[in-house]
Amino acid sequence: MQRKPFARAVAELRRLRKDPVLAIMVAAVLAALALFIIYPLVMVVFASLRPDGKWSLGVVREVLGNAYLGQAFRNSLMMGTLTAVIGSGLGFLFAFAVTRADVPFKRFLHAIAIIPIVSPPFIGALAIIMLFGNNGLITWNLLRIQNFPIYGFRGLMFAQAITFFPVAYMTLRGVLESINPTLEDAALDLGGSRFKVFMRVTLPLAAPGIASAMLVLFIETLADFGNPLILAGSRFPILSVQAYLEITGMYDLPKGATLSILLLIPSITAWIIQKYWVSRKRYVTITGKPTRSSSKIVSPAARAAIFAGCLFVAAVVILVYVAIIWGAFAKVWGNDNTPTLKHFQYVFSVGFKAVRDTLTIAGLSTPIAGLLGMIIAFLVVRKRFPGRRFMEFTSMLSFAVPGTVIGIGYILAFNRRPLALTGTLAILLLNFVFRYIPVGIESGRAILMQIDPSIEEAAVDLGADSKTTFFRITLPMIVPAYFSGLVFTFVRAMTAISAAIFLVSARWNLMTVQIMSQVESGRLGAAAAFSVILVAIIFAAIFLIRALLRARYGRYGGSMLNF
Amino acid sequence: MSVRLIDVTKIFEDPTRSEGKITAVDRVNLEVAEGEFVTFLGPSGCGKTTTLRIVSGFEAPTEGDIIIAGRRVNDDPPNKRDTSMVFQSYAIFPHMSVVQNISFGLELKGRPKAVVREETARIMDVMGLSSMAKRRPDQLSGGQQQRVALARAIVNRPKVLLFDEPLSNLDAKLRDQMRLEIRRIQQTFGITSIYVTHDQIEAMTVSDRIVVMDKGRVMQVGTPFEVYSRPANRFVADFIGRVNFFDGRVVEGGDPLRVDLGGKTVEVGSRVPGVVEGGRAVVAVRPESLRLHPANEGGPSFATGKVTKAVYLGSVIEYELDAGFDRPVLAVSHDPVDAGFFTVGDIVALDFSARAAHALASEILKPLPATSGIA
Repeated sequence: MQRKPFARAVAELRRLRKDPVLAIMVAAVLAALALFIIYPLVMVVFASLRPDGKWSLGVVREVLGNAYLGQAFRNSLMMGTLTAVIGSGLGFLFAFAVTRADVPFKRFLHAIAIIPIVSPPFIGALAIIMLFGNNGLITWNLLRIQNFPIYGFRGLMFAQAITFFPVAYMTLRGVLESINPTLEDAALDLGGSRFKVFMRVTLPLAAPGIASAMLVLFIETLADFGNPLILAGSRFPILSVQAYLEITGMYDLPKGATLSILLLIPSITAWIIQKYWVSRKRYVTITGKPTRSSSKIVSPAARAAIFAGCLFVAAVVILVYVAIIWGAFAKVWGNDNTPTLKHFQYVFSVGFKAVRDTLTIAGLSTPIAGLLGMIIAFLVVRKRFPGRRFMEFTSMLSFAVPGTVIGIGYILAFNRRPLALTGTLAILLLNFVFRYIPVGIESGRAILMQIDPSIEEAAVDLGADSKTTFFRITLPMIVPAYFSGLVFTFVRAMTAISAAIFLVSARWNLMTVQIMSQVESGRLGAAAAFSVILVAIIFAAIFLIRALLRARYGRYGGSMLNF
Repeated sequence: MSVRLIDVTKIFEDPTRSEGKITAVDRVNLEVAEGEFVTFLGPSGCGKTTTLRIVSGFEAPTEGDIIIAGRRVNDDPPNKRDTSMVFQSYAIFPHMSVVQNISFGLELKGRPKAVVREETARIMDVMGLSSMAKRRPDQLSGGQQQRVALARAIVNRPKVLLFDEPLSNLDAKLRDQMRLEIRRIQQTFGITSIYVTHDQIEAMTVSDRIVVMDKGRVMQVGTPFEVYSRPANRFVADFIGRVNFFDGRVVEGGDPLRVDLGGKTVEVGSRVPGVVEGGRAVVAVRPESLRLHPANEGGPSFATGKVTKAVYLGSVIEYELDAGFDRPVLAVSHDPVDAGFFTVGDIVALDFSARAAHALASEILKPLPATSGIA
């Protein structure tokens, strides 16, 4: 038994020797993953446990003994758990409304749940300040309350629920769509009441998907940096912000590193549970012929209630965006709402460099991350070689590592020769590429699983050599998926903040970081104008890519173009 | 063009097995004559698809040679071999129209545009595809996709046409239709064809000869009549159609053979080599060859039995009988209206003609010696 993995590795190595191009590719990818994902994490651990060049638990003990930092740890876990529950609840509500309840305006509700995904993740926090803050539209202008206590738990909870419920929606919509409604019909037919059928059939079938959505939300909330930086305040410390403040405020790298490890442990744990346990528990509904959705599981009263709930959430989301857009054009938010363009003038004069830098960095890192993702997906799905599981694990690890941790890792790892990259474009690009490869890997894997290998064989059989086969058969088939994957990668690169905030410099700055500093210095109008431009760029890019794809590949049907 | 397989063997490395390898194809010898239609038939995992992929060049044989039109092609990659494959999943290029799919091979060969257009149009006409030239694969039904796959393979006028279970994704009615269609097209163009299937009716319908395989080895090569009525061993008899086996001892080795089946002696018209006087033999009789009479009528019989099951299917009636053998005896009676039928509990006498009976060696499996595979 023990010899078998070894025998396999030997057989795989022997095969690899016959294919030197593949061998070089595998070696290069493995080396890059080790250098740009594993090495920075190791440096974080070293900074924490070997602060002065020798092993010591001193810093760890100091952090664990600090009541305030302990509070931050507990707060982070609590926010992660609560957002997981509330966000998944809202996501399920939307997904159920769209797939099962047959409510009106499904497309509108879908769009509402998608918009926050393609926006910077701290837009909710910014809007909350504008609506409920000291000069808030609702608290001050409407209700005349001064110093409404929005900072802390309440505001943050609200912002994170709005920010992350769409992530749960995306997962749960797929889960509910894959559950054949005839199963519910069958249960009704067997005499179950609607509520019983929902509790005994629909919910159990969706349970692994719900668990998965909750774990993903837990990870993302834990890693969230923008919302807590704006909203948490000093009386409600949050771990990711505290780690940042230790480093940028106190210049205490060992302490910041230790805090980021505290952040890393629960998110990696949740990710491993999600990846290796929950995702294996997915039910596959066995179906014969595809059936028309004919769900009758929702009573009229329940449908009305679900619809009302969705409309309420939709109204809140719309309010967020109205506040941002209005704020971008208002002279002095909360006091003088005369329309003006001065915030945009400010962005285009003082802040234009950040716009240009952001576009450069996102525009360069997106295609590279996408291509690297495709290559890794191709290697992992279609090839066998020693280290394949390591490659798969490491390349997907970025998803579980909070940006704060990897940001600290990069400043620790790449500040010395020969890799003295601090302050350069390169460090930002490398960080973005290796952070966002999981998106490319996922879309590459999905498309490669769909392509029947015999299609490529058919071309060879008809006389095509491997070059012709790749360019005339394989490439045209994967290009649409590649570009769809790029859309998400681009959105993530444009809205990144948690790792990037450690890596920006005077030479290379980002719009997201600019927005943060505008908020901190109280210039809400400028922050809103920046946000409007950022969202506008993202929308323009999405529509451009979709229009291009539709013109070129629309004839394949729309499935690849929707997201 | 003729195809020869000489001692073709394929061994896959398989680290999950204790031996570390698995022999998928075991010393297969076969000669397919020009214009002949030969089918590899066998259960899944018998090595038939691997053999086909070796002929097409997608797998390299571990040992042995592939000769196409007198030339050894072992070292030619699939794109350099004059073979065309019809894939189980059709493998139609999803981003090309029907006409683009069909003309792809000719284009790659660098034929002049006018020739490509003309040849493609002609084959689409023969296949009834002319009206859907501009359609995309996802706008075609399963049967139409199948025709495109066939047209795409034939238009290149390959030396050998290869079929990898091409009908397994179609529904029953369409399958019947396409079987005849494939045979018609193959006859029209006279292309040497090798076909792989696990469906015996498909094999019987299309083939000149059938190669029955099991566990990588050739069990029998013969015409549809031979593999059905004169099987070489118990595996072939059992795999193709249903059969009754009666154990006995050969009392007279002449022609016809006389076999003692537990007291009664029966005449058997044919036998495999190795069935000799004084030795044991298994008499194989197809259910439709078994004659049943009411037991009280007298007349010739080798056994009597009680009807334990009678299933009326319209054109036939199927019986299961308990006749004191270790297995129930199966019998099929045609035209039940005219012949009348028995019901459960009736006692019947069993009988068969010498011509309908075939004697096999009593070992369960006895593959043919390798050389006899060559026609």
